[in-house]
Amino acid sequence: MDLITSNILTIVAFTPAVGALLLLFYNREHVRSIRAFTLIITILAFVFSLHLVAHFDSTNPDFQFAIRVPWIPSLGIDYSMGVDGISLFLIVLTTLLTPLAALASWSIHDRLKEYFVFMLLLETGMIGVFAALDFFLFYVFWEVMLVPMYFLIGVWGGQRRIYAAIKFVLYTMIGSVLMLVAIIALYIMHGEATGTFTFSYIQIQSAIASGRMVLGPNIELWLFLAFFLAFAVKVPLFPFHTWLPDAHVEAPTAGSVLLAGVLLKMGTYGLVRFNLPLFPEMSHLFAPIISLLAIVGIIYGALVAMVQPDMKKLVAYSSVSHLGFIVLGIFSFTTQGMQGAIYQMLNHGVSTGALFLLVGVIYDRRHTRLIDDFGGLANRMPLYAAFFLIVTLSSIGLPGLNGFVGEFLILLGTFKASYMRAAIAAVGVILSAVYMLWMYQRVIWGEIRNEQNAGLLDLVGRERAMLIPLLILMLWMGMYSNHFLRPMDASVAKLVNQSQARRLEFAAGRDIAR
Amino acid sequence: MNLATINIAAILPSIILSIFGIVVMVAEPFVSASKKTALAWLALAGTIAAMFALIPMADNRGQWYSNLWIVDDYSVFLHFVFLLIAAITILTSADYLRRENMNHPEFYSLLLFATAGMLMMAGSNELMMVFLGLEILSISTYVMAGFRRTDLKSNESALKYFLLGSFSSAFFLYGVALIFGATGSTNLTVIAEALRSPGTSPGLVELAAALMLIALGFKVAVAPFHAWTPDVYEGAPTPVTGFMSVGPKAAGFAVLFRVFLTAFPSIQDRWASAIWVIAALTMVLGNVIAVVQPNIKRMLAYSSIAHAGYVAVALAAVSETGVSAALFYLLAYSLMNLGAFAIVTILGRRGDKFVHLSDYAGLASRRPVIAALLSVFLLSLAGVPGTAGFAGKFFIFRAALESRLIWLAVIGVATTVVSFYYYLYVIVQMYMREPEDEFADVTMPASVKLALVVSVAGTLYLGILPASVLEWTSSAALNALR
Repeated sequence: MDLITSNILTIVAFTPAVGALLLLFYNREHVRSIRAFTLIITILAFVFSLHLVAHFDSTNPDFQFAIRVPWIPSLGIDYSMGVDGISLFLIVLTTLLTPLAALASWSIHDRLKEYFVFMLLLETGMIGVFAALDFFLFYVFWEVMLVPMYFLIGVWGGQRRIYAAIKFVLYTMIGSVLMLVAIIALYIMHGEATGTFTFSYIQIQSAIASGRMVLGPNIELWLFLAFFLAFAVKVPLFPFHTWLPDAHVEAPTAGSVLLAGVLLKMGTYGLVRFNLPLFPEMSHLFAPIISLLAIVGIIYGALVAMVQPDMKKLVAYSSVSHLGFIVLGIFSFTTQGMQGAIYQMLNHGVSTGALFLLVGVIYDRRHTRLIDDFGGLANRMPLYAAFFLIVTLSSIGLPGLNGFVGEFLILLGTFKASYMRAAIAAVGVILSAVYMLWMYQRVIWGEIRNEQNAGLLDLVGRERAMLIPLLILMLWMGMYSNHFLRPMDASVAKLVNQSQARRLEFAAGRDIAR
Repeated sequence: MNLATINIAAILPSIILSIFGIVVMVAEPFVSASKKTALAWLALAGTIAAMFALIPMADNRGQWYSNLWIVDDYSVFLHFVFLLIAAITILTSADYLRRENMNHPEFYSLLLFATAGMLMMAGSNELMMVFLGLEILSISTYVMAGFRRTDLKSNESALKYFLLGSFSSAFFLYGVALIFGATGSTNLTVIAEALRSPGTSPGLVELAAALMLIALGFKVAVAPFHAWTPDVYEGAPTPVTGFMSVGPKAAGFAVLFRVFLTAFPSIQDRWASAIWVIAALTMVLGNVIAVVQPNIKRMLAYSSIAHAGYVAVALAAVSETGVSAALFYLLAYSLMNLGAFAIVTILGRRGDKFVHLSDYAGLASRRPVIAALLSVFLLSLAGVPGTAGFAGKFFIFRAALESRLIWLAVIGVATTVVSFYYYLYVIVQMYMREPEDEFADVTMPASVKLALVVSVAGTLYLGILPASVLEWTSSAALNALR
């Protein structure tokens, strides 16, 4: 048992990679067994990740299930992973969404084996990003994950897939290479300040927090910006968002689900994990500007979503809007805002994941995603209409469903930081109701206008299986939010305290300087 | 010089290569036309025997033959890299020569002599020795570049390489002469000592260093001395292009590091800033121009220019970590680039006809294994984590930042993003376009298979578990900076 607990993160992260390796030896003609094998592997990873939840100590704000093995000792690089209240559920979200995404891939026939190999590798990369506690290891996962996503979009995507795939990689790369420079700079400065050369996140972070390693304001500014750019592109924060609609629209359904559900969260996770604790002064200094960008993103994303004729593009722009909320919550520096932001990361993964799955369901049947091609689907697909309604309501934050809790906490936290920001952001909540309900109305209600929709089948067993877990989660996270919030408490409180304490110090220092 | 200083073990690898080269040449007329390929295996056996000879060589550390020759971790590591390059090149050429109806075993002799020249460059502690090694390498390579005698492009390639190469050799020799005039010696250690004494005229030494920098810059193809590269690489037979893109380049860098770090530390701030400019220019030019190349050999030519730029960054760092990173990178780059060229060779088919990027369309759906292997090499060249290319670049940028070359590191990572575009474009062709060709006539002989296995295993090993090789290169770096 102890052996399992001490290695559980390795097991969770690398189960999919091992599965991908085994999958290579499958005969490509055996479509059914390839599908079944992938599904089993991803479910296995999910079950293993439940071990994390079951044995997680909610009172402990530090990293748990930690593992640390020297990797490149001469450079102080370790294979080091751990989980705290912030990353715990993000890992479980990843392992939950991947089997559902695999289920949504039944319509893929071309080069199925490679498709699932890439999907499994992607899962390992995503889990690794959330679990890594070594800067080098983090960067490795962060970059390596681009490759399978590039293939998933570029090979199995829609019409303009090549453009979208290259744009996705280049945008992300431009953001992240500067982070690499910043990581090495941190490593060298930590080594020169303390005498220990290490890429360990915990050691470098504590050296900064304790003042053993002092970055001048100038250096801190550049390092902050380098990390921020990498994450802002990934989030994506306005105005770095232009890759997102392309990637989403062109990606296959499973790709969109994982892109929206997990990949975007890496950006917000990075802000929480790296920017805030490593560069608290600059985070506070830039908070007004970043919050402004977040608010612009909220309103802009919502307005653009409203006029989209394509359902997938609509959901993509709604992500820009929703992710703006998350960033706003993070940079409120309040416990509520931070918790709401992390909660909303999970919510967005569940709701938007479900939305993309739903769009995928009718796309598989009709090979179109244009809102105008549908209408009156409730007549032919009552169960689909019901599921769609719950997901829509969850996405716009109806009380009782998950979205409400997150948005409420974020707005509460932001209100404490600034009335103005909260007031403007609240407009975004209204707008999201407008575009979501309007789409729902045009697609589901009314009479069937298009003859081709007259013969549509309702959800089949496989499709129900991939949607029901998410619907249950929406209700569960809406009704019993404490089940999810409590494990975060300790870690979030630690994070907020740290940055607040530093802010007071910073302010005091400024007063003295004056 | 007395007999006591003769130490066979210290130069055993070079001796073995030369003997095998001569044997292959002499045996050639006595082997029937159908059995000529057997001489390839003889040459391969020579490189492997030379690799084993590294063990006794490594036991004889120190300076030998009146301090002409030096055995340390630095020279042993480079010996290993060069022998590996030679072995992989033989494996990829054996089938190629048969396919192109030019199965003349002199090719292997030339290759072994060229490699022996590279070994001399790695182990020499004296400028005239360096020059001899450089000439042995260059003259053999000129002939190899023109090995397709009936092909105009191959002729052009050889002639261009010969004319410009001779020119650069002259530069080098002129530099050596000036150094001798200024310090009275061609021995690196003596030069360094002489330069530290106040009597020597710095202007003359700086001029000499500049001339040598130009000559070696030409050999390793850094901007602005790179202009010959694309035409020469495009015209040469593909396995030779692969060899030229790694062998002479690595040998040139071996000398560049050894000479500048050992002999010229006293004028370090002068040449380091020149290298800074060269490195920045090379990374930008190589990567940007590679983007628009429609021919994969030309594209890889520009990419090889860009990679020389990354190694130059490590030289500009002038530090132990810099040398270590550069050595690591040379090994990593050799493996991934030779792997890529091995695949370009077999996909080129008779007459090297299929070297256009569009010829690769849809390769993945017809020949998935070949496409996957080429993807690994290209991703490694681009520097995706988990591959040798990433580990190498990471070490180089770390060395640059340690020496506070922040802008150079930023230029380096920014140009890496550009390189992603053109490497990924090949993957786009292979995976995301519909096939126009059935690739039915693409054959993968066992020798090429072996070459690919070695290079892909090396690329992944260096990428995932770089620690042990990095230890080797760090101790080699200590030797270079003695």
